[in-house]
Amino acid sequence: METYLFILFATLAVAAAIGMISSKDTVNSALFLVLNLISVAGIFLLLKAQFLAVVQVLVYGGAIMVLFLFVIMLLNLSDEEHMLSRFSVRYAVGFFLGVIVLSQLLYAIASVTGTLPQIHPEMEQVGTVEAIGDALFTVYLLPVLVTAILLTAAVVGALLLAQRNISDKVNK
Amino acid sequence: MEMDWYLGLSAVLFTIGVIGVLTKKNAIVIFMCAELMLNSVNLTLVSFSAQLGDVHGQILVFFALCVAAAEAAVGLAIIIAIYRNNLTVDVTRINLLKW
Repeated sequence: METYLFILFATLAVAAAIGMISSKDTVNSALFLVLNLISVAGIFLLLKAQFLAVVQVLVYGGAIMVLFLFVIMLLNLSDEEHMLSRFSVRYAVGFFLGVIVLSQLLYAIASVTGTLPQIHPEMEQVGTVEAIGDALFTVYLLPVLVTAILLTAAVVGALLLAQRNISDKVNK
Repeated sequence: MEMDWYLGLSAVLFTIGVIGVLTKKNAIVIFMCAELMLNSVNLTLVSFSAQLGDVHGQILVFFALCVAAAEAAVGLAIIIAIYRNNLTVDVTRINLLKW
């Protein structure tokens, strides 16, 4: 059962990723990325990481992708045709480097294949909200607070960067 | 289910992200490919965490998600600022630093 679910989610994730980089429309790319992220959330569930699966759907599939779609809507990028060209050197070099990266990664994985253990039997208790929250708010309390500062800085920085006519205000 | 398959899937997703970053011209799509690469690394961390039965890998993924959210907000703001100045998000036309 687990194998079939893995094959289903993995096929969906890879197909959505390929669809994302091959679709002509930016909105279609964003929606394919949502599908990919949700499939990866399913794989997190197979790995018994319940909390991260939910956070993946909420934060990645929800918040971040809505932000992307808002920006695509704001910029109103309809004339995408000139951005996708026919075969060129860029594509050849890109695919060549991609194949190199993939072969390196698969070589690294192949060297440890067969020696990796199965899913740990205690994983049912490790991936829960309770276990992760326990670790986050005791051992990792300081990093959580630093993350709060980071997110605040990101929000303020984004507002400042996206402000209209920032140079005019400075000049006046 | 062997762990190799999860790592292999993560490698394939990462490679698709790399190819997207190298071949696409639209800055927003390049940014989405970077998110895909971040996410595939998260998958690797979760699978190692699952095979060791250790919570620390998942905590690292949690912080990586926070950083990804901050990065998405700032990066999209930069893309909007670039669009205001150049009226394009085509990275081949943004060549101010080109030698």
